[in-house]
Amino acid sequence: MEKQAEQQDVTQRAGRFDIFGGQYIPETLMNAVKELDEAYTYYKDDPEFRSELTDLLNNYANRPSLLYYAENMTKDLGGAKIYLKREDLNHTGAHKINNALGQVLLAKKMGKTRVIAETGAGQHGVATATVAALLGLDCEIYMGVKDMERQALNVYRMRLLGAKVHGVNTGTGTLKDAVSETFREWTRRISDTHYVIGSCMGPHPFPTIVRDFQAVISSEIKQQLQEVEGKGTLPDAVLACVGGGSNAIGSFYHFIDDPSVKLIGCEAAGRGIDTPETAATINTGRLGIFHGMKSYFCQDDNGQIAPVYSISAGLDYPGIGPEHAELYKKGRAQYVAITDEEAVQAFEYLSRTEGIIPAIESAHAVAYAMKLAPKMRKDQIMVITLSGRGDKDVAAIARYRGEDLYD
Amino acid sequence: MTRIASAFSKGKAFIPFITAGDPSLDVTEQLVLAMEKAGADIIELGIPFSDPMAEGPTIQNANVRALAGGTTPDQVIELVRKLRTQTQIPLIFMTYANVVFSRGTQKFLDRAADAGIDGLILADVPYEESEEFRVPCKNAGIDLINMVAPTSHERIKTIAAHSDGFLYCVSSLGVTGVRAKITGDIGGMVSLAHEASNIPCAVGFGISTPEQAHDIAQKSDGAIVGSAIVNIIAEHGKDSVPYVADFVKQMKQAVQSA
Repeated sequence: MEKQAEQQDVTQRAGRFDIFGGQYIPETLMNAVKELDEAYTYYKDDPEFRSELTDLLNNYANRPSLLYYAENMTKDLGGAKIYLKREDLNHTGAHKINNALGQVLLAKKMGKTRVIAETGAGQHGVATATVAALLGLDCEIYMGVKDMERQALNVYRMRLLGAKVHGVNTGTGTLKDAVSETFREWTRRISDTHYVIGSCMGPHPFPTIVRDFQAVISSEIKQQLQEVEGKGTLPDAVLACVGGGSNAIGSFYHFIDDPSVKLIGCEAAGRGIDTPETAATINTGRLGIFHGMKSYFCQDDNGQIAPVYSISAGLDYPGIGPEHAELYKKGRAQYVAITDEEAVQAFEYLSRTEGIIPAIESAHAVAYAMKLAPKMRKDQIMVITLSGRGDKDVAAIARYRGEDLYD
Repeated sequence: MTRIASAFSKGKAFIPFITAGDPSLDVTEQLVLAMEKAGADIIELGIPFSDPMAEGPTIQNANVRALAGGTTPDQVIELVRKLRTQTQIPLIFMTYANVVFSRGTQKFLDRAADAGIDGLILADVPYEESEEFRVPCKNAGIDLINMVAPTSHERIKTIAAHSDGFLYCVSSLGVTGVRAKITGDIGGMVSLAHEASNIPCAVGFGISTPEQAHDIAQKSDGAIVGSAIVNIIAEHGKDSVPYVADFVKQMKQAVQSA
């Protein structure tokens, strides 16, 4: 009883999603996140900030992104009518630009002259480097050495954009280590530096900030679907891939209060959720505290964070954002696990069927759509968010299929 | 009086840190006893964590070595139990929230207290999140030690006023690791804390030489040294005990003469 009262109290605090979230960071960073919270609270409702951001989204990043009716896929799967939310058509090729524009603009308003960021697949690093170049801020990117190998093209892209890329060789040399190293760098240099976190994770206010900047995805889906399917039409299911979960929370957000809309996050099962080589946090993880937040994490019995694996560098993360943890706990969203093999098949399927090469991350959502759509009625509507384009993955998929192709 | 309070009542404190299980738990046991003999007043034992966000490369690598050797939190607690049959020096766990939380915070702390631990430092739990650990710590009779940093500014007084054991003052920006120069305003930090409370203030992060330790101890109630010792352990491995003891002796003298 007493324990319940304590939890109730925690959920009422700022930056909490039910019991999840919080600010579990070294003391040195506390003033920085407080300062960020205050600045964001002010600028999010500032008409000038809003209009500058909208202008950048529309005239620089190519928003709104298309809501594309995938007719071939719909006919082939023989069930639900399938729409693709084409975040892959954004400038820099992924949804990451939505958040990068918002956060770098915010950093500039706060008087910061330097941004740092972690990156997994390289998409967030490229997006941050792009916006830093545009708005005239210095930019340094932290990336696991293993990911630098897998995504060599994006490393060069970031350098072209004027960013300095630091290889992180601690731990597994992947996304989680890049996040830790970027936090460490932030504690070294705070006054002129903003940490542009790439997903809806980390300490408050990051999960809220990133979700708000990505919520443009669901806001557009809602409006665009009504334009083609008639006023009041809601999708029956919205699917998105989930690593930290930023494109998924952006795709879900404006449908959370529409209970008829099924929200489905597609996690990376890697070689399978019954193997240690997986990154499916909801399916294999448990409650923990890491990287600034209370949420679900892949971890061992002693609370050591697990060295996760996925073919997709962007989903290769042992945690999930706190708002997803809440949606899962409350039963509002479901989280399914997709293996490397299923994702690669979906990558190839969408390329052949619609002439669209999706990011291997997004292919996880396409893979679940291939299972679910045939079970849905023809008058039902499914929206799949294609979080990014797949050019960056072509060489890796060729290697997966046994072709010796290097980029 | 608790063992921690009693340590500070005897004068300026020298507080070494080592990562438990680096290079082995046997060596950790020998190191604790040797450091006590060499003059350490309180000893911090790091429970290794896979992703230590507040550590520089030196202590990160110590964590890697300890985990590679199979060190678990349970084994570290049992080491404390064993040490308590041989020494009454105050022992403090330093680790990360998940190590304590993932096994059930109260259960973990009760076991640690039963084994004989005196205090707990969680590098990724700031004052704002400390309640969920402070209450179980109080129940178990363990001091939860708060940290303040050069960026804490006006929060220093609030944090100091709600502190147990001692206040851990972070000397400079950044993560743990040896530094040529300590950049934070130590004197300012300590006097702000002492305005709010008579809690002892010990300073850590970056201290590696007797001169630095002497200077720090003049401005505070004690000096905490981690990376410099962990470097000696990294170099000498299982043979590091006499080297560490020599270093602790020098540092203790420097602190005492302050």
